[in-house]
Amino acid sequence: MSHIRVLVGTRKGAFILTSDGKRRDWKVSGPHFAGWEIYHMKGSQVDPNRIYASQTSGWFGQLIQCSADGGNTWEQPGVKPADGPPAWPPAKSNRFLYDVSPETGKPLTTHQWYDGTQHPWEFKRVWHLEPSLGDAETVYAGVEDAALFRSTDGGKNWHELAGLRGHGTGPAWQPGAGGMCLHTIILDTANPDRIYIAISAAGAFRTDDGGVTWKPINKGLVSNTIPNPTAEIGHCVHHIAMNPSRPGVLFMQKHWDVMRSDDAGDSWHEVSGNLPTDFGFAIDVHAHEPETLYVVPIKSDSEHFPIEGKLRVYRSKTGGHEWEPLTKGLPQQNCYVNVLRDAMAVDSLDRCGVYFGTTGGQVYCSPDSGDNWQPIVHDLPAVLSVEVQTLA
Amino acid sequence: MSLPSLTPLTVRVILPYHLRKLAHVGAEVALQVVEPVTIRRVLDALEAAYPMLRGTIREYETGERRPFLRFFACAEDWSLESVDASLPRAVAEGKEPLLVIGAIAGG
Repeated sequence: MSHIRVLVGTRKGAFILTSDGKRRDWKVSGPHFAGWEIYHMKGSQVDPNRIYASQTSGWFGQLIQCSADGGNTWEQPGVKPADGPPAWPPAKSNRFLYDVSPETGKPLTTHQWYDGTQHPWEFKRVWHLEPSLGDAETVYAGVEDAALFRSTDGGKNWHELAGLRGHGTGPAWQPGAGGMCLHTIILDTANPDRIYIAISAAGAFRTDDGGVTWKPINKGLVSNTIPNPTAEIGHCVHHIAMNPSRPGVLFMQKHWDVMRSDDAGDSWHEVSGNLPTDFGFAIDVHAHEPETLYVVPIKSDSEHFPIEGKLRVYRSKTGGHEWEPLTKGLPQQNCYVNVLRDAMAVDSLDRCGVYFGTTGGQVYCSPDSGDNWQPIVHDLPAVLSVEVQTLA
Repeated sequence: MSLPSLTPLTVRVILPYHLRKLAHVGAEVALQVVEPVTIRRVLDALEAAYPMLRGTIREYETGERRPFLRFFACAEDWSLESVDASLPRAVAEGKEPLLVIGAIAGG
């Protein structure tokens, strides 16, 4: 019988939630890496017990952790445990160096700062880890300040795909409120050379040659908070989702506006429809119904909580435009949490499960595509990310 | 004037809680360091023995101290001293530890 593993990254550690296919009774494991910020964890589709985690701290910097046994034990890739023989050469699993080499790199330039001045590119942390669809040893990392890295040896060594950071528009990119982060990585299921990424606040980009060259894919986005609302770059894209069975059809939660593209991002159109507010962070697509979407509307960019204190997921079964609130099992009064961009995911059981975590420490599950919700846990640290594995 | 000994000395280092957990050690670790005993040499020995700490105390590439960490020895702040300055004799001889301290900040 299938079972479910939910990977939860929080401000104070990682938690792993497991259940059978009924998704009623849950076992909670953690905190792993207690006290550290775990921005993101994700398992390989090739080897589901291979899980990568981004462990970060304002004091101690960025670490990468990897588990080979489904999250029971962890190690920094390439680093021998302290009681083992000394490792030499030293592991470089936490070495994220922008590639400025003449062969493959790009010069380290500057980007726009909050006050409009130019600011040097500085590595801060890994926001998102995206394991390859075809190789358990290959994994991509989206980092702040915005760049894309790749490891082909299970996280031991990282190399920047510098064509993105070196894009000619780079000096005009600027940080969003959370920093200038590359937070979304989508690997195209039909074309291994095609990758989509999103940066706050530069916008969305696509490569069709495995990461060598990139093009902005922001046509149709309108952002009234930037000098030119329809500029080629500068849009605060919060998250993008794609159903793996339908590559090229993308859904975006922008700072404001829910958007849709049917041509791999070449153009976008708004599908916010009757949403009570189209500000938000998280967005995802049903595992089996590629026209069924989920968002969690947040009141505004000034007030990061649900409207009227009612936590409501909105579902569209029509690919956008027409939305219905989903409330059964969710708090409908005095709820002032937020749901962050990487904190929503779906499973792929026959009856698709939908999951999201909140800054209040709740992780909710709907085992019936959003009709009914239940909290799996409700007192974790603030949830930064949620990923779900459907295991045989 | 005596020449520095080539025989390694045992230097004690006290780590902050999160780095102890990361390295799977207790509060204090003992390291073999050849004279002159400096912060650079102590950290080199620490990272060689516990490679999972590489990059957590000093920046991976520049070797500079991370901003929210400080070094104390014999009740004095050594954070702004040269990492190649000789630490106090009491530290070199293991009578006093070198303390790596995390700034008290955050929630």
